[in-house]
Amino acid sequence: MSRWFGVLLIVFSTALHARIETHIFATPEDEARYQTLTEELRCLVCQNQNLADSNAELAQDLRRQAYEMVQAGKSNDEIVAYMVQRYGDFVLYRPPFRPATMLLWIGPFAILGIGVAFLLGYIRRRAKEQSPELSAEELARAERLLKQTRKENPL
Amino acid sequence: MKTRFLIPFALFLVLVVFLGIGLTLDPREVPSPLIDKEAPAFDLPTLHNPAATFTPKDMEGKVWLLNVWASWCTSCRAEHLVVTDLAKTGEVEIVGLNYKDQPVDALSWLDRLGNPYVASVSDLHGRAGLDWGVYGVPETFVIDQKGIIRYKQIGPVTDEAISEKILPLVRQLKGEAS
Repeated sequence: MSRWFGVLLIVFSTALHARIETHIFATPEDEARYQTLTEELRCLVCQNQNLADSNAELAQDLRRQAYEMVQAGKSNDEIVAYMVQRYGDFVLYRPPFRPATMLLWIGPFAILGIGVAFLLGYIRRRAKEQSPELSAEELARAERLLKQTRKENPL
Repeated sequence: MKTRFLIPFALFLVLVVFLGIGLTLDPREVPSPLIDKEAPAFDLPTLHNPAATFTPKDMEGKVWLLNVWASWCTSCRAEHLVVTDLAKTGEVEIVGLNYKDQPVDALSWLDRLGNPYVASVSDLHGRAGLDWGVYGVPETFVIDQKGIIRYKQIGPVTDEAISEKILPLVRQLKGEAS
């Protein structure tokens, strides 16, 4: 009886496994490649998810495609090129550096640079306003005043 | 001195303009890299006769539309009326690519709602769809005489899209050949 129960368990456990897409890879390297690829490729349906996270049908298809290509021994570049050829740079979470994507790559640093320049300018201006250079005459006067106070209030 | 206070306001206006432009764009419309490229080849069984196959080569020399649809796709149903009207004008031949759909369901849909297609192809596993960069049904492609994709409509074809984009393009492409 318990043996039959065991058989049933095995049958149902595989059925459950089939639902969460288990891919079997020849080598751990292949599996790692598949993981990186599906994490770096973007799903076009749920646009803020990568292929690995998305449950959309299209993502499933593209995962299957990526899996088959990894199994067929295609390089990462070939697989990425395959996707870009069909869906454009949009599928890449790391778009290539091109005139069209220049703003995307450099923009944040440029804005940061402008901000830093502004800040430095502001600090310098403030510093100048707050501690103006004293002329020799003013320094001498300050010295005199200090001496005078020390004389009036000895410790 | 007073103009200094206008700087943040100017920056704010720039931001408003950018965000305003952003509102008019649809992030779901990802431009296809296949525009002005050769239509990807496929050789798939037709819906009405699984023994016969259809390939884009069959349409060589014609300006034609490839309409990707499925019976499980709700917006395809609304689109179907528009596509049927377009087919009735006789201006352009439309091929239907039945995407990831059961042929039985697809055939009964065509029986019920009418068949505007000169040919219907069954892409059961979505392989051809993948090659064509299909990511949301319905999608419609305009292909010229040389088999080059010239335009892609993402989402349902509307009367507006037909009168403003598709038909003018079809006429222009037909004119280019003659």
